[in-house]
Amino acid sequence: MKRSLLVILAAGAGLATVPWLGLPAFYESILYLVLHWIALATSWNLLSGYSGYFSFGHGAFFGIGMYTTATLATRFDIPFLWTLPAAGLVAALFGTLLGAVAFRVQAVRAELFSLLTLAATFVVATLILNTPIDGGPGVYMSAVPVPAIGPTASGTFYLLALAVALATVVAALVVYHSRFGTGLFAIHDDEDVAEVMGVPTFRYKLGAFALSCGLAGVVGGVQALFISYVTTGDTFTIALPLTVVLMAVLGGTRHWAGPIVGATAITLLLYAFTGGDTAIIGKGLTGLVLIVVILFMPEGLLGQALKWWHARRGAGAIAAPAPARAPALATGGPAVSPRPEAGAGEVLLRARGVRKSFKGVQALRGVDLELRRGEILGLLGPNGSGKSTFINVASGHYAVTAGVIEFDGRRISGIPAHRIAHGGMARTYQIPRPFAHLTVLENVALPAMFGAASLDRRSAEAEAWQWLAFTGLTERAGALPGELNLHQRKFLEFARALASRPQVLMLDEVLSGLTPSEIDEAVALIRRIRDQGATIVFVEHVMRAVMALCDRVVIFHRGEVLAEGQPREVMQRPAVVSAYLGQAMAPACAEAAFEAPMPVGIAELSHA
Amino acid sequence: MALPSATLLAQAILAGLFTGALYGLLGLGLSLSWGMLRQINLAHFALAFLGAYLTYELSSRRGVDPLLSLVFIVPLFFALGTALHWVLTRFRVSPFNSLLVTFGVTVIIEALLQWIWTADYRKLESSYAEHKLRLGPLFLPLPELITLGLGVGISIAVWVALRRTDLGKAMRAAAEDAPIAAAFGVNQNALALMLSGLNAALAGVAGVCIALAYTLSPSQIYAWIGVVFAAVMLGGLGRPLGPLIAGCVIGVTEAVTMAVTAPSWAPLVSFSLLMLVLLARPGRVA
Repeated sequence: MKRSLLVILAAGAGLATVPWLGLPAFYESILYLVLHWIALATSWNLLSGYSGYFSFGHGAFFGIGMYTTATLATRFDIPFLWTLPAAGLVAALFGTLLGAVAFRVQAVRAELFSLLTLAATFVVATLILNTPIDGGPGVYMSAVPVPAIGPTASGTFYLLALAVALATVVAALVVYHSRFGTGLFAIHDDEDVAEVMGVPTFRYKLGAFALSCGLAGVVGGVQALFISYVTTGDTFTIALPLTVVLMAVLGGTRHWAGPIVGATAITLLLYAFTGGDTAIIGKGLTGLVLIVVILFMPEGLLGQALKWWHARRGAGAIAAPAPARAPALATGGPAVSPRPEAGAGEVLLRARGVRKSFKGVQALRGVDLELRRGEILGLLGPNGSGKSTFINVASGHYAVTAGVIEFDGRRISGIPAHRIAHGGMARTYQIPRPFAHLTVLENVALPAMFGAASLDRRSAEAEAWQWLAFTGLTERAGALPGELNLHQRKFLEFARALASRPQVLMLDEVLSGLTPSEIDEAVALIRRIRDQGATIVFVEHVMRAVMALCDRVVIFHRGEVLAEGQPREVMQRPAVVSAYLGQAMAPACAEAAFEAPMPVGIAELSHA
Repeated sequence: MALPSATLLAQAILAGLFTGALYGLLGLGLSLSWGMLRQINLAHFALAFLGAYLTYELSSRRGVDPLLSLVFIVPLFFALGTALHWVLTRFRVSPFNSLLVTFGVTVIIEALLQWIWTADYRKLESSYAEHKLRLGPLFLPLPELITLGLGVGISIAVWVALRRTDLGKAMRAAAEDAPIAAAFGVNQNALALMLSGLNAALAGVAGVCIALAYTLSPSQIYAWIGVVFAAVMLGGLGRPLGPLIAGCVIGVTEAVTMAVTAPSWAPLVSFSLLMLVLLARPGRVA
C-alpha cells in the first residue's frame, strides 16, 4: 500500500507541473476531463465496486454538489473554494439519508438499490427544478471569480480536478487496504455471512455510500464553475451514472485502480469521436464495449491483467510465512477462547421460550435450552425439527419471533448479528458459504479481524495461518474457495469460525457429506478444539460422532425440545426413537441402536 | 393551490388511467423477465422506442395503419427477444450483469435511432388522433383508449395463460425451480426463449402505443425507466396483473398531483409511493 501511495503522489506531483509547461490549453481541457471522470468513477467504485451495491444515482449526488456550489457562490457570495467542502457535505448528507432508508430494509439487495438510486436522480432533479434553487432557467455562474491557483483559468480548473482526483484515489486506496475495505468486499460476496462474522454491514454500507456521495459532490462543485451555467436538464441525466458504471466495470471494480484505467480509456475514446455524426458512433461504441467487456472480461481490463500476471508468477509467493508457525502446531494450535476453563459448568447461553415462524410455518415453538461453559452440547432431531433454525436464531442470522436468548448474562435476541459475533459467538454453515472472491487465507483472516478477537490485519493474518495449519489447509492458503473440494471447504468453515476466537462455537452439520475417514479426522479436530476450552453446540446426524463427542444432547422435534440429557440414555427413550424412526421401530431399535455397530450405520443412513 | 373542479379532476383521473395502462404494458415484459428469467432488461425501453419509430416510419412513409404494423412488429421483436436471451444465457450472465449488458444494448439502439431518425422530435399524424369520444363533459382520445384496451387485454390474457394453460404452468414451474422442473420433463430452455420472445413482442406493442400517443425522440427512452420500474416493483415481480394495477395507481396519482399542483412535480410521485411501500411493507417489494 505504501508503494502505491508513493506512486500516486509522485504521479500527482508530476501532473501538477503541467500548467507551467506552456502546452496548448487544449491539453489541459482533455486532462481536466480525464481527471474529472477518474474522480467520479473512483468515488462511485468506493461503495459500488467494493460492496457490490451498484448505485445508479451518482448523477444525483454530483448534481447536488453542483447546485450547492452554484447557489452558495451566486446567492450568498461565498468564495468558490469554500463552497467545495459544503458541496461534498450536502451530497454526503443526502446520500446518508437515502442509504439509511434503503439499507434498513432487508429486501433491498443490489438490484433494488440500483433502481432506487436511479429514481432518486429524478426526484432530486424535480425538487431542484420546482424550488427557487433553480426554478427553471438554470443558474449562471459567469460572475463568480475563478481563484488564481494556476497561471490561467484553464490551468486552475485542471489543478482543481487533479487535487480532487488525487484525494479520491487516495481515499479509494486507503479504504481498499483497511478493515473497512475488507468488510465491504465481504459484503459483496455474502452479506449475511459477513454480518454473522462480525462485519457491521449497515454501518459500513452507509459509511461507504456517504464517502462516495461526498466525493462526487466535490467533483460536481468544481464542474459547476467549469461549465459556469448549471441546468437540471444537463445535470441530472441518466448518461452520467451509466458512463461512470461503464468506466468502473471496464477497468475492473474489485481493484482501487480499476476505475482509473476505465475512465482514461473511455474519456479518450469519446474524445476521439466528438463532433457531429461521429458522436453517435462514439456512443454506440461505448455500448458495444460495455457488452463485450461484461461478456468476455467480467473482471474488467485491470482485473483480467492482474489475473494473468498472478497466473504467470504462480501461486508460490503466498505460502511464505508458514514455517515460523510450526511450533504452535505441535502444542495443538492457539487458544480458542480468551478465558478458557474459567467458571466451567456455569450457564453460558440460555434460551427461554424462543419462537420463530416463517410466514405462518412455526419452525421453533417455544424452545428452552441451556448451554454450559466448556461442554459439547449436541442438538439432534429429525430433518425440519428446528435445529438449524435455532443456530440461525442464536447467531442473529434470523430475528426471533418471540422469546429471549441470553449469552454470557447479556440478552442477544434482537441485537444485530455482528454484535453477537463480537460477544464471542461463531458458527459454521451446513452448506459452506465462503467468500467466493477472497482467498482461503483472507477468508480465515476476516473473522479474526471482525469477530471477538478484533485483531488488526497483520495479526489477523498470522492468526489465520495458525488456523489453516490447525485444519490442514496451509497449502491452499492462496487458493480461492471455488478450487477446494467439499472436505476442504468444510474445514475452511471450521477455520473461519475458530479464527474469531469464540467462546461458543456452533457447528451446523459439519460432518454431512464427508467420508468415514474424513469424519474421523473431523471428530479428532473437534476434540482438539474442545480441549482448548471452547464451548461447542453440535448439530449432527452422524450418530457415531454424536456419541463420541457430546457431553449432553438435546432432542428437537417439530420445533420443540423433546428430551435432554446424557446421549446414551436419551437416545434410548421410546419417545426419541419414535420421533426418529417412527412408532413401529421404537422398541426394537432402542436397545440395538447403541449396543452394536451395525444399527448405528442404519441410523446414519436414515438421516443422510 | 386551489382545488380543481370535479370535471377537471375526473379528466385527470381518466388521463392517469390511460398513462397507467402504458406503464402497465411496458412493465409487463420487464416484470416477467425479471421475475421469471432473473434478467433485468433495460433494453426493454429501447426496444419499445424502436417499435415506436418503426410504427412511425411505416405509417408516415408507407401509409401503413399503425395497428396493422403490429403484424410486422410482433414477429420481428419476438425474434429480437429470443436472440438477446440466447446471448445472455450463452455467456451465463448474472442478473446484475444482465442489467449492464442490456444497458449497452440500449445505448446502441439509442445511437441507431439517432442515426436514422435524428435527435429531432417526431410525432405520428394518424387518423386515430383526430377521433375523440365524448362521455358527458369528459374527452376520451382514441389512441389512449386503444392503449388502455391493449394494456388491460394483454395483461389479463397473460395472467390467464400462465394460470390455466399447461405451457403457462410449465413456465411458472421453471421460474420457481429450473432444475426440478427440468427433472419433470419441462424443457426450460425452450420456454425461456419463448418467454423472452414474448416479452420483446410486448415491448413492440407498447412501442406502437407510444407512437400513437406521444412525441418521439431517442433520449425519451430514459424518461420512462424510473416510473415503469416503480410500477414493476410495486406490482410484484413476475405477476402479470401487478404492473397494470400498480401502473394505474401511479398514473392516477401523478395526474391528480399534476392537476392539483404543477406538472413538473409528477416525477416525485412514483418514487414516493415506492419509498412508502418499502418502509411500510418491506416484503412486498421484489
